[in-house]
Amino acid sequence: MPNTTLGMLRRTVTAALAAALGATTLAACGSSDDGNGGDAEGGPASLTYWTWTPGMDKVADLWNEGPGKKDGISVTVKKQASGDALVTKILTAHRAGKAPDLVQAEYQALPTLVSNDALADVSGEVGDVQGDFAASVWQQVTLGTDAVYALPQDIAPLMFFYREDLFEKHGLDVPETWEQFADTARELKRKAPDLDLTTFSANDSGLFAGLAQQAGAEWWTTEGDTWNVAIDDAATQKVADFWGGLVAEDAVDNQPMYTPAWNKAVNTGKQIAWVSAVWAPGTLTTAAPDTAGKWAMAPLPQWSGGEQVTGSWGGSSTAVTTDSGHKAAAAKFAAWLNTDPEALTALAKESGVYPAATAAQTSGAFAEPPAYFSDQADFYDKAAAIAKTTAPSAWGPNVNVAYSSFNDAFSSAAKDKSDFGAALTTMQDDTVADLKKQGFEVAQ
Amino acid sequence: MTHPRRKVYGAGRAPYTFLLPAVLLFVLFFALPIGYAVWLSLHRVEVKGLGLGAGAREEVWAGLANYTDALTDEELLHGALRVLGYGAIVIPVMLGLALVFALMLDAERVRLAPVTRLAIFLPYAIPGVVAALLWGFLYLPSVSPFHYVLGEAGLPQPDLLDGGPLYLALSNIAVWGGTGFNMIVIYTSLRAIPDEVYEAAKLDGCTPLQTALRIKIPIVAPALVLTFFFSIIATLQVFSEPTTLRPLTNSLSTTWSPLMKVYRDAFGENDVHTASATAVVIAAVTLVLSFGFLRAANSRTRQGETR
Repeated sequence: MPNTTLGMLRRTVTAALAAALGATTLAACGSSDDGNGGDAEGGPASLTYWTWTPGMDKVADLWNEGPGKKDGISVTVKKQASGDALVTKILTAHRAGKAPDLVQAEYQALPTLVSNDALADVSGEVGDVQGDFAASVWQQVTLGTDAVYALPQDIAPLMFFYREDLFEKHGLDVPETWEQFADTARELKRKAPDLDLTTFSANDSGLFAGLAQQAGAEWWTTEGDTWNVAIDDAATQKVADFWGGLVAEDAVDNQPMYTPAWNKAVNTGKQIAWVSAVWAPGTLTTAAPDTAGKWAMAPLPQWSGGEQVTGSWGGSSTAVTTDSGHKAAAAKFAAWLNTDPEALTALAKESGVYPAATAAQTSGAFAEPPAYFSDQADFYDKAAAIAKTTAPSAWGPNVNVAYSSFNDAFSSAAKDKSDFGAALTTMQDDTVADLKKQGFEVAQ
Repeated sequence: MTHPRRKVYGAGRAPYTFLLPAVLLFVLFFALPIGYAVWLSLHRVEVKGLGLGAGAREEVWAGLANYTDALTDEELLHGALRVLGYGAIVIPVMLGLALVFALMLDAERVRLAPVTRLAIFLPYAIPGVVAALLWGFLYLPSVSPFHYVLGEAGLPQPDLLDGGPLYLALSNIAVWGGTGFNMIVIYTSLRAIPDEVYEAAKLDGCTPLQTALRIKIPIVAPALVLTFFFSIIATLQVFSEPTTLRPLTNSLSTTWSPLMKVYRDAFGENDVHTASATAVVIAAVTLVLSFGFLRAANSRTRQGETR
């Protein structure tokens, strides 16, 4: 929606492919690019970069003026639409052999892109950068293999955002478990029937995936040459039933997020909390400008007390395509962009990117809390600590199909306040049917 | 001044030479893309193993499999029925209003006719997406000024983005945007009626209402047929309004109309092959329906003439 552009941009869905991915089978695919950098060593190169990150041109200028100038590698940024539209565009360009050198890709899109042979393995070119990232993040760009298909750029751990003043006014405690979360929602309904703790949004498959990730779901795994789809596994079922129950008893709202109505609800205090990710301050700044400074952030509620686990809602990476004539040069830029302190500071400043690189999360750029949360001085310290607790996640080659099935099935379940479990089964069935139709081996 | 006539050995080729640019354009920008869509619809992707890495995907001949899939897909049928329901509201209301407005503007003693004409036509100049967004804001209960007024007056506030009223909400956008255009088409053909006809009618003692019913409407029948024809096509292709409103409500699925399903398959799910087959089916149905109507309308007019 127009006034939450930033949120839309960042509401890209994060993920990691399961550790269970057959490493041996995949190592073979990765080796095809070995020693095939495709360009004269150290020669000048002019690279094109497709990205939706705002302000990326300024960061690229920093490279063009500095390290890039030395090596004769210049990068031109071509601004793109985010999300599935860009994946389709990359695949179409790749079909014609004309994909740009560098692309931005959401973590969950990587299996799709790799399966279309659009992304190059840059493990030989990026050097030893693995240590700069958390294991659960790094795993997402290797798909559990020896190959490196992209460099992590930003991550988006889930957190709990709430109106501190209204929680106090209604005598509510910040929930530490999901059980307390449900009680808080009911208590608020009792005390102020017009208000909602939050809403369940059937438009936001990424949030649902993140919540399932926290509960321990692994949606796509492999065994040998066979895919196993477990979208309706016990963990996800638990999440679906939890939210379905809250919607059915009217403890939370059932209308989608990112609409003018939702903006108004968070801006006027009709909805007093939001399960969201680290980029929430940016979204709230535009969606709820009148309530700046009244919000606070806490860790996501847990399934069992004493645990500390979170999921993700967003995050993306920088990848080099197989069509690039200058793979080594492109990989060099990608590595600089996502590990160099100067680049990461610029990304934070110009683009509001919350970096995947661990060291940068506590760098000078994140010393101050976001303006919207100016009273919470330790905002980014807390965020960095929460980021460390991100659960691994498991993605497959047709996440897009699962997501559009989620939209339709959960929309009608939320509207009718009917069984979310049935909607989850639809999502599972659609995803399996699509894999089978494409010819994948699917375990039943 | 006369030139000796040259031998016309090129006469056989000349027409084709003149035709060439048109044919070339037709082939390049019309026949080829359609041909490619048909080609795509007859293929599918076959994945080997885990489907990761080079050479894991292959485009293979699928025969009519994509078509049988499309035709047996319940969602497509439901989408078609939804669009039918939507069209059943839009077309009669829009064309009825357009005709009434045109007749009123054409009536004698109308003041401010040009201004009114422009005011009715103006919504047509607003792009469909903008119109849908604008109305979407007005429909959303918590931000709509209508709801506020209804609430203050103690009247019930219907949720227009839910269930049955959703059809009215969508139809309203189409009627609001399309009436002006259709009115102009009908009005233009009304202005083309020679004054003698009216004079004769007046001498025969025709009331303005009788003139409208017995003279104007029969004479502008071809314009009505034309607007009906355009409206059928526009209805079958409804896409931007429901797509724009979809994020605002739980009641619109990503496959609400057949074209939305094509879009989702091609750009949401990366399956251009199924999408192409569905698109070809939609094109065929549109062709049959719109030309079927045109033919039926023409034969009726001809019958009317011979009678």
